[in-house]
Amino acid sequence: MLAASHPNETLNWPSGEVTRIPYRLFSDPEIYALEQQRLFRGPIWHFLCLEIDLKKPGDVRQAVVGETPVIATRDESGAIHAMVNRCAHKGALVCLKERTNVSALTCVYHSWTYDLTGQLQSVAFRHGLRGKGGMPDDFDPAKHRLEKLRVETFSGLVFGTFSESTPPVETYLGPTMSHFVRRALGRPHKLLGLHSQMIHNNWKLYAENVRDSYHATLLHTFYTTFKVNRLDMDGGMLLSEDGRHSLSYAKRATLAPSNEYERAKVHSARYGSDLAGPELLQSWNEFEDGITHTVQTVFPTLAIHFTLNSLAVRFFTPRGLDRTELFWMYLGLEGDEPQQQAMRAHQANLTGAAGLVSLEDGCINEFVQRGTRGSPDRAAFLEMGGRDVASSDGSRATETGIRGFWRGYRDVMGL
Amino acid sequence: MRIEDLLIDYVQAIDDDALERWPEFFTEDGFYQIIPREGFEAGQTIGILSCTGRGMMRDRIAALRTANIYEPHTYCHVLSRSRLSAGANGAIEARTNFALYRTMQGGGTELFAAGKYLDRIATADGAPLLRSRHVVLESRRVDILIVLPI
Repeated sequence: MLAASHPNETLNWPSGEVTRIPYRLFSDPEIYALEQQRLFRGPIWHFLCLEIDLKKPGDVRQAVVGETPVIATRDESGAIHAMVNRCAHKGALVCLKERTNVSALTCVYHSWTYDLTGQLQSVAFRHGLRGKGGMPDDFDPAKHRLEKLRVETFSGLVFGTFSESTPPVETYLGPTMSHFVRRALGRPHKLLGLHSQMIHNNWKLYAENVRDSYHATLLHTFYTTFKVNRLDMDGGMLLSEDGRHSLSYAKRATLAPSNEYERAKVHSARYGSDLAGPELLQSWNEFEDGITHTVQTVFPTLAIHFTLNSLAVRFFTPRGLDRTELFWMYLGLEGDEPQQQAMRAHQANLTGAAGLVSLEDGCINEFVQRGTRGSPDRAAFLEMGGRDVASSDGSRATETGIRGFWRGYRDVMGL
Repeated sequence: MRIEDLLIDYVQAIDDDALERWPEFFTEDGFYQIIPREGFEAGQTIGILSCTGRGMMRDRIAALRTANIYEPHTYCHVLSRSRLSAGANGAIEARTNFALYRTMQGGGTELFAAGKYLDRIATADGAPLLRSRHVVLESRRVDILIVLPI
């Protein structure tokens, strides 16, 4: 039963406030349903897939936007399209394979066939059999198609939106975030590995978690336990101009590397530690800007990390009110030397479902989900680093990124 | 027979929380990887977890004993019979299916993973040891997290 009241009334959320987050947001099915409508079908760019998933004409890749199944395609001319994976006839899935290459999309139920842009091409038995049956005379295939999404690619990411009013991706990201997406993904890359995690919490708890630079050294104690001397000096949290997207970063100290490490471009010696297998942290310098670690978020459900040489795109999507699937797409660059690819593979052990540094994130959000159960009228307290939504250069002991997420969420949701 | 002992001792050490023994089932430079079937068959290099050498394996165990935070749980491995065949360099190759049940504290017992071990076993000096073990998971989706070796 839907409550008669508007979610705003049950939320009791003071206008504009982002330092108090009502726990109801993580457990209320009415809010979950409203998100599908206002956020996932709203004026927002949603990550669909990587451009390398659609290399050739005819390539089709399944995706998801909120609960809506979507497919992205590359047509004969090379253009990328996205559409709901739902036949215009009876609503069955049109594409059954996660990845495929086809010349047309045919629904298996009644053989309605669409081209790669989603336009209906033909209908089985349109003129009936032996002069009987068939569609009415005024049936016009041109008036039927798979429901379309607008698409845009940016630095190898394919985004889709249901809304006509979503601004271009670069505007949506703003200049600071656009720069860092290009920095991470602007070079030709390839997929080195993929897995996912089903975490037992509302999707917004992971959206908070990945923006939470305050918890990093407190919950994740791998580095400190093994006395890994990271020599990472400065760091901070940058927000997009509208606060929705964030970038947590750390910089390496400037040390003159020894000759042999310089030659191999390896600076593992800088990571003195108690590790029995220190090769885990072998790395090389990929950037001139001194930044060694970035974790970037793109509102609402995308993150990109480039930590040492580990590059991954993380995408998380609701699988119900208290389930979220978190995908890890590990990338390398075209032209990586075998030694470089091996280092990326070693460093992949720090993150993901079994990440030495980050595996706690698989359960910590569930602990919040369970801890807040039965307390929908209580609220989280988020004042670390102040009460505002602004970049925090020089300190990561801040919750400004989380507050920025909630500002964006409130704007989009009208809550 | 000794190879069968190795394969059984391996899972029983994990099931019995004798995790410090885990690296000892491998050669000093042994390789271990958990990888989804999809990525394994596509020749991808990054799975979910990998260790090159006993040192990295010891770090894994030390990390889960002292650094990592997770809810206590236990494993129960169920193995199929193994198909053994001759591999390169005098190694023996073994393929064994497994089902892995996980029991959370205060929770039920649930199927956590299923798949196959693809092993290269060194038999040259004394007791057989794993030169490499690929744990190929049927699913690419992990429930919550993986912290104990499989």
